[in-house]
Amino acid sequence: MSLDETDRAIINVLQGGFPIAARPFAVAAERLGLTEDDLLARITRLRADGTLTRFGPLWHAEKMGGGLTLTAMKVPAERYEEVTEIVNSYPEVAHNYAREHSFNMWFVVATERPERIREVLDDIERRTGLAVFDMPKIEEFFVGLRFEA
Amino acid sequence: MELNDRDHRLISALGDGLALVERPYLVLGQSLGMAEDEVIARIQAMKDCGIIRRFGIIVRHHELGFRANAMSVWDIPDHQVAEVGRILGDSPEVTLCYRRPRRLPDWPYNLFCMIHGRDRPAVEAAIAALVERYGLGSHAHAVLFSTRRFKQTGARYGRRAAAE
Repeated sequence: MSLDETDRAIINVLQGGFPIAARPFAVAAERLGLTEDDLLARITRLRADGTLTRFGPLWHAEKMGGGLTLTAMKVPAERYEEVTEIVNSYPEVAHNYAREHSFNMWFVVATERPERIREVLDDIERRTGLAVFDMPKIEEFFVGLRFEA
Repeated sequence: MELNDRDHRLISALGDGLALVERPYLVLGQSLGMAEDEVIARIQAMKDCGIIRRFGIIVRHHELGFRANAMSVWDIPDHQVAEVGRILGDSPEVTLCYRRPRRLPDWPYNLFCMIHGRDRPAVEAAIAALVERYGLGSHAHAVLFSTRRFKQTGARYGRRAAAE
């Protein structure tokens, strides 16, 4: 994958503020100094090569009435693969990262019903025999999560 | 905003993202038996009230060249954590910043920042710059680099959707 300057401009400009109008790509293309066809072709290519995962909404879990939390576990090295398999088997586990620390497994759990969070965490504790530390956010200071291409 | 049945059907259908065609809201509406105008109005309303945080391209940061990420955590006294959180959250190096509960005695940290960078030295330099700039050196601090990513699917709602 190689990005030219136009691809980078598309990624940087369209991570937020995509037009909600009948011809959104035409409106966005004008902002970028491109034609509608060119913009569509480039976004199609960026999605095909995996640079973009999706083109659409980033939801606010709590405002949708769902549950969301960050959880951590201390997993013995020799059990890491086995525990990963158990944790990742839940569709509610959205991402899971190995990190360098005694707390070496970190994953996000997102559910449609808030009560479901506790059920999933209890279930993981029961199946692994390991403690799951629930660390839901108390306050949010920034949710930029934008990346300069 | 109270979501009704039609909103939920739209949320579910939006999970796969927009079709890459000239009139994506028309195509989306056709799959649901909704007019293009209704689709546009409902998405706009969900954006205005914050149910949709952001509407646009969702990138894979690893594929964009952000190969390293660390969770940088601090133990900040409760009476200062909101102020320090706001300062760190406004910093260009920080992509996400949250206050979370301590889990004593195992976990003494209550402020969590995500730092992404091209490589590990870039992330280390960014964290060192934050500590220096804001005088954070006296607070207990840990940096947890990620070594492997097992899943990055985004949260699922209805059929499929994503949230942070």
